[in-house]
Amino acid sequence: MQEEIKLMKGNEAIAHAAIRYGTDGYFGYPITPQSEIMETLMAEQPWETTGMTVLQAESEVAAINMVYGGAGSGRRVMTSSSSPGISLKLEGISYIAGAELPCLIINVMRGGPGLGTIQPSQADYFQTVKGGGHGDYRLITLAPYSVQEMADFVALGFDLAFKYSNPAMILADGIIGQMMEKVVLPPFRPRKTEAEIIAESPWAVQGKLKGRKVNVITSLELDPVAMEQNNLRFQAKYRKIEETEVRYEEYNCSDAEYLLIAFGSSARICQKTVELAREEGIKLGLLRPITLWPFPSSAIAAYAEKANVKGMLSVELNAGQMVEDVRLAVNGKVKVEHFGRLGGMVFTPDEILAALKTKIM
Amino acid sequence: MKQEIIIAGFGGQGVLSMGKILAYSGLTEGMEVSWMPSYGPEQRGGTANVTVILSDSPISSPILNQYDIAIILNQPSMNKFESKVKQGGILIYDGYGINDETKRKDIRVYRIDAMDTATEMQNDKVFNMLILGGLLKVSPMVKLENVLLGLKKSLPERHHKLLPMNEAAIRRGMEIIKEI
Repeated sequence: MQEEIKLMKGNEAIAHAAIRYGTDGYFGYPITPQSEIMETLMAEQPWETTGMTVLQAESEVAAINMVYGGAGSGRRVMTSSSSPGISLKLEGISYIAGAELPCLIINVMRGGPGLGTIQPSQADYFQTVKGGGHGDYRLITLAPYSVQEMADFVALGFDLAFKYSNPAMILADGIIGQMMEKVVLPPFRPRKTEAEIIAESPWAVQGKLKGRKVNVITSLELDPVAMEQNNLRFQAKYRKIEETEVRYEEYNCSDAEYLLIAFGSSARICQKTVELAREEGIKLGLLRPITLWPFPSSAIAAYAEKANVKGMLSVELNAGQMVEDVRLAVNGKVKVEHFGRLGGMVFTPDEILAALKTKIM
Repeated sequence: MKQEIIIAGFGGQGVLSMGKILAYSGLTEGMEVSWMPSYGPEQRGGTANVTVILSDSPISSPILNQYDIAIILNQPSMNKFESKVKQGGILIYDGYGINDETKRKDIRVYRIDAMDTATEMQNDKVFNMLILGGLLKVSPMVKLENVLLGLKKSLPERHHKLLPMNEAAIRRGMEIIKEI
């Protein structure tokens, strides 16, 4: 069968992909610029077809705790919000990470701090990859840069979450959420049956089953000796994820003398900057981290070692967050600077090129 | 082929939906398309704009600093986007909303009195389709048959009875656009 190409917003693509993936439940609370996710799910009424639950909770806090419960029973469950709403969910996210449960969380970022603006931003990078909630936990973080990736990362996020029993986050922003472009939606797959869930997730709470002892899921461990062991287990898992799950993409990097490092919508705008620079004869490339955690530190470090690379510009819709991880990777080998716009303002391709010339060249 | 277009005017003029129809038309022709709206706290009477890109090759940035074509439907948008038309590009404006016409000599300028014509036709709702017709006349980037298919795809089924009226408005728009 020929693939059907559709035109839709990134937010709508996430909703369709979630239904098609066989997601068991979505729990959310509306906030711009991501409200189309729940609107689309409600309009599609998947409870009539796949049996997927779609529920508007009374608050973000309630929604994330519904996710905690659904995940504990081995279901594929998700929630979505935008920056201020994600702040509210962080307590729940820390608990889910501490209980080692898989789930998918989507943040379509807007400008902050506080209630801020509804315009696009990438200022939740620190919040997402450096903790946010309390305790030594990590979120597998995927940064889509197209409507197609919004759709594709639903399956990838869930698969990684279940592979490592860890929450995964899709970190998008208002641009990717609101823009429409072509997308090929994934094929429909059935939701897991009760028997499949019991077989695949022996840790899941399923009531009293014959021949299986009762599971208890908690992030609480009052004995610090045991809690340290839990943390060491988490850390070993995180090292494994760092070794195996780094994803990134390179554009015009092979002969590049200067590199832009950018993720999500910024990477799209930077692609155009690379085109403009190449027209002027400037050898500019773009390295786009797809996973923000685990971060592609080794790939960036390798470019810093190359004799022809003279400098890197970390281009972000924030005051300079990912640039710290770029500098850690580069470790002083080449000049690394940051360029950003704040509070919902978005840079244009020529502004980035001008920044490259003044800050790096 | 690549067309980078900004459509800018007041909320309620059908700016976003016109962009959507253009994007669907491009999709029908097998092109790469991107549709990026301004999605601020928009309301009827506030400003609204949308960037539409149609291209034979993959599209990089959905946000641009220069455009091949600017469709300007009110004075604030003229002030904001007049200078952002590429040299040799096209600026289309509706005569009704504009007090200060463009002074640029290095671009092609077209005027379309769509607001007046829509009033004559006693149908405000076809305003954006008149403009779309004008655009297709001066820059036939997509075939009319694909625009009509695009229109059908972007309208909910309950509005499909309005398709003939919209097609007539597109054809009328092609007649009333004038080069300045």
